[in-house]
Amino acid sequence: MKPGAAAAGGDAAAGLISSPNWITSRLDDLVNWSRANSLWPMPFFPACCAIEFMATAASRYDISRFGMERLGYTPRQADVLICAGRVPFKLAPMLRRIWDQMPQPKWCISVGACASSGGIFDTYAMVQGIDAIIPVDVYIPGCPPRPEGILYGIMLLQKKIKGESILDPTLRVEQLPDERGMFLRPAAVDEQSEPFGNSVHQTRSA
Amino acid sequence: MNGASPNPSAAALQARFGAAIVGVSVSCGDTIVVVARERAHEILRWLKETPGEAYDYLVDVTAVEYRDRERPLEVVYQLWSLPRRVFLRLKVELPKQEPLAVDSVVDLWRGADWLEREVYDMFGVAFRGHPDLRRILMWDGYAEGHPLRKDFPLRGRFSRAEQVRQALTKTPEAHHSVEELAVAEAFQQLSDDARQKFERAGGAGGA
Repeated sequence: MKPGAAAAGGDAAAGLISSPNWITSRLDDLVNWSRANSLWPMPFFPACCAIEFMATAASRYDISRFGMERLGYTPRQADVLICAGRVPFKLAPMLRRIWDQMPQPKWCISVGACASSGGIFDTYAMVQGIDAIIPVDVYIPGCPPRPEGILYGIMLLQKKIKGESILDPTLRVEQLPDERGMFLRPAAVDEQSEPFGNSVHQTRSA
Repeated sequence: MNGASPNPSAAALQARFGAAIVGVSVSCGDTIVVVARERAHEILRWLKETPGEAYDYLVDVTAVEYRDRERPLEVVYQLWSLPRRVFLRLKVELPKQEPLAVDSVVDLWRGADWLEREVYDMFGVAFRGHPDLRRILMWDGYAEGHPLRKDFPLRGRFSRAEQVRQALTKTPEAHHSVEELAVAEAFQQLSDDARQKFERAGGAGGA
């Protein structure tokens, strides 16, 4: 962006250029700048990481500095789904329904270890990472992540948005699940939830 | 007897029901009475309705399965007498070779409804005479079994991909229907303004 600089007199064209009322920019920059700085989050808070997000939204860390202070529990009026907490299988269809209701352009932030990978809940009841349910743009690690971590995740998402182009037709295409109702191949879902950590000694057949 | 003296209700039960009282023990100051499965409902009714006992509050119904495969599964009733301020724990042993079933106590304590549904969901114990014996924590149609049984693998029986696929085939409405929330049944008991609000919204009023 180049704001019109004051010129020391001259002809009509020079007068136009020197006016402070116009700028030159790429349209992508303008659109992305607007989108990145007016993200409307849809809070999906099934568990304790939500407490850290509340701290992030409150005055000390002040999420409104990023144009995100409107936390609306209305997926149809939201840009970014923030999932903070473990998602049990029983809740999976609700998460998918909320994601489906959000209009394009939309993004998703997965806050914390459980939303990103199942965390310590490597059990029969828990989704091992919400990317098996909906596409995720930014994963924030931590159990729970501190507000600084959540803010860093938001800034990473802004950085990602600022790299998009409105001429790229693939970006805004709604990603549809396959005939099984899934985004990932079954083998990928199985592979990314391979056991590790505390429960490594228990096999599926035990 | 573990040193401490048992709750006097245990002796009263033995005098009243004789052989139906399988065992009495004391653990950490709490009296545990093991009763015969066939007479459990009768004994619980007696404990609730006899004036000197008056165990009128059913704190919890749960179940225990031990790692020893020979030991029977136990259904545990935790009772509390509000007027007398006394605890009593009753157990019913269910041998695993037979179908796991015991009489429901929902007719004695309305609050046993969801507790027995939970035991059914997690352990597969059928409560005979329960008005609405469905799963309560896992969703209807959950096909992997009863998760708190010892033979149930921690991660479930199906692959992760299959679990995700099955979960996503459920519609959210299937979990929380109007009928389940009993809004339709309670509609006539609502205040006038609340009823009008529902009618304006086109909600349960038509039902």
